[in-house]
Amino acid sequence: MRGSIPAVVMMAVKTMAVAMVVGLSLPSATMLAPVAVAAAPGETIAAAARKVVKLYGAGGVRGLEAYQSGILVSPDGRIVTVMSTVLDADEITCVLDDGRRYPATVVGVDPRRELAVLSIDGEDLPAFVLDEADPVPLGTRILALSNLFGVAVGDERVSAQHGVIAGLVPLEARRGAYEAPYRGDVYILDCTTNNPGSPGGALVDWRGRLVGMLGKELRATSTGIWLNYALPVAEVARGASEVVSGAVSQPASAAAVAFDPAALGAVFVPDVLDKTPPFIESTRAGSAAAKAGLVPDDLVVAVNGRAVSSRAAVREAIGRLGDGDPVRLTVIRGGAIVECDLGPKPLAAGTP
Amino acid sequence: MLRLSCRPVRRRPTLFVALAAVVASLAGIPLVQAQDVAASVRQAERTRIATIANASQAAVAIFAGEAGGGSGVLVSPDGYALTNFHVVQPAGVAMKCGLADGRLYDAVLVGLDPTGDVALVKLLGRDDFPSAELADSDLVEVGDFCFAAGNPFLLATDFQPSISAGIVSGVHRYQFPAGTILEYADCLQVDAAINPGNSGGALFDARGRVIGVNGRASFEKRGRVNVGVGYAISANQLRNFLGFLKGGRLVDHATLGATVATAEDGRVMVSDILESSDAYRRGLRYDDEIVSLAGRNVRTVNAFKNVLGTLPAGWRVPLVFRRAGRRMEIVVRLSAVHRQAELAKIVAGEHPAGKDRGPDEAPEDKQADRKEPVPPLPEAVRGLYASRSGFTNHHFNLVERDRVARALAQRVDVGGRRGTWRFAGRLASGEPFRIELSDTKGLIDLPTGTSTVDATGELDANPSPPGSGGMLAALLLWRRLLLDGPPQLGRTDYWGKQPLDPMALGELSSPVMIDVLETAVAGVEAHFAVAADGAVIRIDLWPAPDADPCEVVLVSPAPEAGLADGVPGMIEVRHGDKAFGTFIIQEAVFDPAPAEGEAASAGEVTS
Repeated sequence: MRGSIPAVVMMAVKTMAVAMVVGLSLPSATMLAPVAVAAAPGETIAAAARKVVKLYGAGGVRGLEAYQSGILVSPDGRIVTVMSTVLDADEITCVLDDGRRYPATVVGVDPRRELAVLSIDGEDLPAFVLDEADPVPLGTRILALSNLFGVAVGDERVSAQHGVIAGLVPLEARRGAYEAPYRGDVYILDCTTNNPGSPGGALVDWRGRLVGMLGKELRATSTGIWLNYALPVAEVARGASEVVSGAVSQPASAAAVAFDPAALGAVFVPDVLDKTPPFIESTRAGSAAAKAGLVPDDLVVAVNGRAVSSRAAVREAIGRLGDGDPVRLTVIRGGAIVECDLGPKPLAAGTP
Repeated sequence: MLRLSCRPVRRRPTLFVALAAVVASLAGIPLVQAQDVAASVRQAERTRIATIANASQAAVAIFAGEAGGGSGVLVSPDGYALTNFHVVQPAGVAMKCGLADGRLYDAVLVGLDPTGDVALVKLLGRDDFPSAELADSDLVEVGDFCFAAGNPFLLATDFQPSISAGIVSGVHRYQFPAGTILEYADCLQVDAAINPGNSGGALFDARGRVIGVNGRASFEKRGRVNVGVGYAISANQLRNFLGFLKGGRLVDHATLGATVATAEDGRVMVSDILESSDAYRRGLRYDDEIVSLAGRNVRTVNAFKNVLGTLPAGWRVPLVFRRAGRRMEIVVRLSAVHRQAELAKIVAGEHPAGKDRGPDEAPEDKQADRKEPVPPLPEAVRGLYASRSGFTNHHFNLVERDRVARALAQRVDVGGRRGTWRFAGRLASGEPFRIELSDTKGLIDLPTGTSTVDATGELDANPSPPGSGGMLAALLLWRRLLLDGPPQLGRTDYWGKQPLDPMALGELSSPVMIDVLETAVAGVEAHFAVAADGAVIRIDLWPAPDADPCEVVLVSPAPEAGLADGVPGMIEVRHGDKAFGTFIIQEAVFDPAPAEGEAASAGEVTS
């Protein structure tokens, strides 16, 4: 049964409101206390914010910020964050709560969850425990800690916002033309976390335990509403563990998520423009591209049904596919649309 | 697109019960007995409701006609209310303000601080307005409960403020200015909803005290609605400027005359410095490391801008810097960011920066109408507005100047002191000195020689005694101020308030502030700092602009000194980095009337 976001959220909020009044599924009366007077979460925020980092990388053009947030998950400097264009940089800088700056390297990415694991050369750092905890109940009070709008620099503390868990539902969202690859459950938050710089921030409960990781700036597929959501901590833990154990494909860096179609035997015209049209220049004899029937001057317009408008977009679109997934290109040839099936995506064939 | 999961095994019963609860409550069945909720929770809720109701009384809904409007907050029973510059700029001199009592009051513009986006208005017709207290915003911590009371989207047509609550998301935030104005330095960041129309309204703490004035929010791609990121001008910044605003001034912010940058190792270094700045004259140089400013540690460029952005031009503040490992402490006088003409242009809306006006920006076509902003004054504010260059509303400068004049007059009766003033005593070294001040002459006898100044002419040519920078001129003007009162002393205006002791800046409790009069007379400029009891406690005299003034500190005598009322027990004189002398007064004689020649009759004598 499909429902619009507001309906879903409103229902979640109503559920929560009633639950709060009746005392359903809420562990203790203290959680119900009005925020006024002594219940200020200052200490929780102060402790948790030490485990949130500011990340700086590529971007800076309109609509693409060059900064986001990250979560320290081990004392020796392992960080989880969202996979994004910010990480598409030769140098990623990580600034800790106390102002210390470190260069960060990408350990690996989980393209499905759009999660990246970074590493800095630290020791005895404050860190969250990543565990596969059960989801927290609806109505749980949460705090969102992130470097929204990049307002905190140096030793300035990341921003803290408060709210409640309003829902736990599968994500169906997009950014621009791109559907979010992750379709699992996410927390919907009654807290405006959908801001530049927030992705990768920590969602914690009022005791400071990690509940989730703030997601990317995405709109709901059907309504276009900007979503305030977070990936539950269990998913973050699974993603990070798969990345670290090598269970997911391991590009050398986020930039290398892009997949060079040459591995399929398709050679495109030289990529000299921001948006070089993806014309096929040649195909390697005997390659998947040749077998699929691609010929010079074919213009690729879609990868697995997703529209592409440039060479870079083709690389990225194929890069987003899982290893072994079928690769299908839609091309325009002499005014006609032709579908070409290139077979499974080769393993670990990414090149920068 | 989201949808409810189709496998809510654990969720379904909850939902079911919840829906049942909704149905039950609709049917009027009381689901919750009072005793089900902890007493402390109910008490906390009652307290919060009462606090909000109380704070709402001080909330002001500002209506500026077609130009829009916004919010404000009353900070004194006689009707002074703080708001944003960008709220009142389109309104002009007079506006209508609604309070939660349901009544609409006339209000008049008093003072403007375009750089800090602050304005002071005065509501008329009562002297018992409900008002809110300004808290110490440096004590605010991230996570503290806070709420905004204001007029978002101009919804308060019945003048009842809208309340939005949240937590403090960040403190000591820096938000870049638009051009050279609307800089939000050292501001508070909140997740309480701040929408267009909230501008100028107060941000309250859990006890209902004002911790800031809301004025800005990050909006980005969602258009001009709340995204959980609002900014409030800190109460401490507001307090720093309040004296200047009450004096009807067009207030300016401060610059050190130096810029700073972060070195590779993270230290904050002087990257450029003006040789005409006071900081340069006090010894600050290129490549010095800034350690603290105005008592607050500076570890980032933002922190430097944060401190500076909360300080008015003209204040003296302590600056600590390090050079080659050596730590040095100086007190620097801050200069103005703008020329007065620039500020006036901004206020008139002619300056490009003045058009970038934050969340309550009026439509562009409204700007065109503002070229001729002089409609006839409404009846209610007539007599309460006077235009003068450099001022927002000179009428209120006279109000403050007269207040200080009354304090001066009440402190000491000068009726019998119209003749020569004679002071005698000893220097710190024990050697004697003698000072004579009259309408015609100033004289000082020192072990090093005698200096005189012709009191009838210009005072700038003779900074006597040599090395003092103009001590005699300062004392002559002090005598004239006390005898004739501020209105008769050249062009004398109320300047504002400054800290009694600059070294107290940066301490948690707010420093003691004192009134300052500014005068331009006889070719010199002078500042007189007047304590609450009407005693002049400090004189700064500039024989020439952009040079070091002669600084004269007048210290009250110990009671056992037995000096006549109003005579300082000690006078300390400094010029630049040098202490010129300390004068301990042991005897003061006042002639009752101007003496004819040198043979003055014996006057009031104390020793």
